Amino acid sequence: MSELIWIFISALLVNNFTLSLFLGLCPFLGVTQRVQTAFRLGLANIFVMLITALASYALNTWVLVHAPYLRLISFIIVIASAVQFVEMAIKKLSPELFKALGIFLPLITTNCAILGLALFSTSKGYNFVEGIIYALGAGGGVTLALVLLAGIREETKVLNIPKIIQGTALNLIIAGIVSMAFMGFAGLFGGH
Amino acid sequence: MSTEENIIEEKEPSSFRLIMTLGVAGFLSGLILVSTYLYTKPIIAQNKADALKAAVFEVLPGTARFTTMNWNGNQLTAVEDEQTIEGELVYFGYDSSGQFTGVAIPGEEGGYQDIISALAGYDPEARVIIGLKVLESKETPGLGDKIILDKDFQSNFKELSVDPEITVVKKGEKTSDNQIQAITGATISSNAIGRLLQKSMTQWKERIDEYNRSNPSSKVSDDAN
Amino acid sequence: MMQTEEQNTSQAMQELVKGIWKENPVFVAVLGMCPSLAVTNTAVNALAMGLATTFVLLFSSILVSLLRKTIPKQVRITSYIVIIATFVTVIDFTLAAFFPDIHKALGAFIALIVVNCLILGRQESFASKNNVRLSIMDAVGMSLGFTFALLCIGIVREVLGSGSLFGLSLFGPHFEPWIVMILPPGGFFVLGFLLLYFNWLTERRKKYH
Repeated sequence: MSELIWIFISALLVNNFTLSLFLGLCPFLGVTQRVQTAFRLGLANIFVMLITALASYALNTWVLVHAPYLRLISFIIVIASAVQFVEMAIKKLSPELFKALGIFLPLITTNCAILGLALFSTSKGYNFVEGIIYALGAGGGVTLALVLLAGIREETKVLNIPKIIQGTALNLIIAGIVSMAFMGFAGLFGGH
Repeated sequence: MSTEENIIEEKEPSSFRLIMTLGVAGFLSGLILVSTYLYTKPIIAQNKADALKAAVFEVLPGTARFTTMNWNGNQLTAVEDEQTIEGELVYFGYDSSGQFTGVAIPGEEGGYQDIISALAGYDPEARVIIGLKVLESKETPGLGDKIILDKDFQSNFKELSVDPEITVVKKGEKTSDNQIQAITGATISSNAIGRLLQKSMTQWKERIDEYNRSNPSSKVSDDAN
Repeated sequence: MMQTEEQNTSQAMQELVKGIWKENPVFVAVLGMCPSLAVTNTAVNALAMGLATTFVLLFSSILVSLLRKTIPKQVRITSYIVIIATFVTVIDFTLAAFFPDIHKALGAFIALIVVNCLILGRQESFASKNNVRLSIMDAVGMSLGFTFALLCIGIVREVLGSGSLFGLSLFGPHFEPWIVMILPPGGFFVLGFLLLYFNWLTERRKKYH
């Protein structure tokens, strides 16, 4: 059990996908203007990550032991198609949820955080349950980072900022400060 | 508006053609991948074996060759294929005259940042650790990575007694042979190394003793005779 | 951007040069962020990542440009991804076989070249619409620009964070390294400030022209 908690906290805070592994930066820098959008994007991320964890576990167990050279191609294609199927299913079954996640689902598929999740959980050799927990932690971490940055950006809108620092440069510097704050989490599990 | 003309001009290609295109792309990519894979596979395996060999030689001073041993649940058995990396493995080292030099034991433990994996050299006769090599760690550069770089810390593992158990103390407070002196400012990483060694020892000490008791000849390698 | 396919040298040169400065993929277009931050803690890693990306981009562009008339529009993205993933796997195995140290340092980030928006972006917006010669020029230019940007970040981070350059110590033993620079926050800061510098350059040029 404590192993699982360690995996979760590690992916959520210590090795946060966005702030310490730099995965999923495109939406992080591009779409996070408003907290609500950021939160929804985060939810969609968690959702896709769970599907990815399932798909990559299945691939690893049944296909890739025989053909490791297909790892990358099969991950990308299978994840993309799985997400597309799920998107169609949601649209049919729960239009509410579809509205909430909506346009984000297809966008997220090509996000490096998703492929990163599949690759990292493979290289760490996680089993099924560990993989799911890892996906939850990583998705939660991405959501946390998105919401935090969006919150800070909402505040900066009312400030008078020189023109040359506006845009990506400012976002990166804010991200750096938040990332530095997250480094404080690293010692969490040191004592155990 | 030319939209309507466009639709007429750009007729939907048949599904057959779409599937064919993807099929051909998949086939070509498969061809390239398999040939690269087959070409590089032995070299990659060799690299891994070389890295392991270098690590074993480093933690067991004087070793010239080693046998991979697998724990099958009841006893240790020699593994023929040197490139086997699955299972619970340890490495028995021998010097050039065939004398037993010790056992190299791999271990893993959660550190400050992520998992630390290391190889420990153990001398079952003197019951001491005689070497340690950190194989993988993402510990903070400048602090935690001193477990690899710090000479003082490394010197802990020249003759570290494994009885009754390995413990970690602050620098300058070492009173007995079974204590590791932690690195100042990197206590968590140092503690992780201590736990890693203790874990390996509880797991392997008995097994190795048992094996050496029932195979006294193992102290001299077979083909050196 | 898209001109007629008039093949003169000056246009080819133009395609080459634009990627390095005017349309630099990192500093101007802000693409491919994740590799440019994750593996630039030393100059060597940055260079290796740049070269690996160059290989993938160049060969994918050649292939996509050759096949631009055969691939139906509906399946183009899938085909591009298959092509890109193939070359990434090739470079992954090649590095593991011949440069195991670099492979270990870059880790999973080699595989993540697949999702570098820069590569898919160039296929979609350039290689699929231009002939092989121009596509090669474009790919080389973009790769040079990308490698150049990665090297800039890598050099700054290594010099400040470890006091060395390409592994050679610069300031002697009494230098106290600014460790945070080789840690993740340093990546954000260095790229942020480099972008700031670029913005300032652009603004200044506008003023004087």
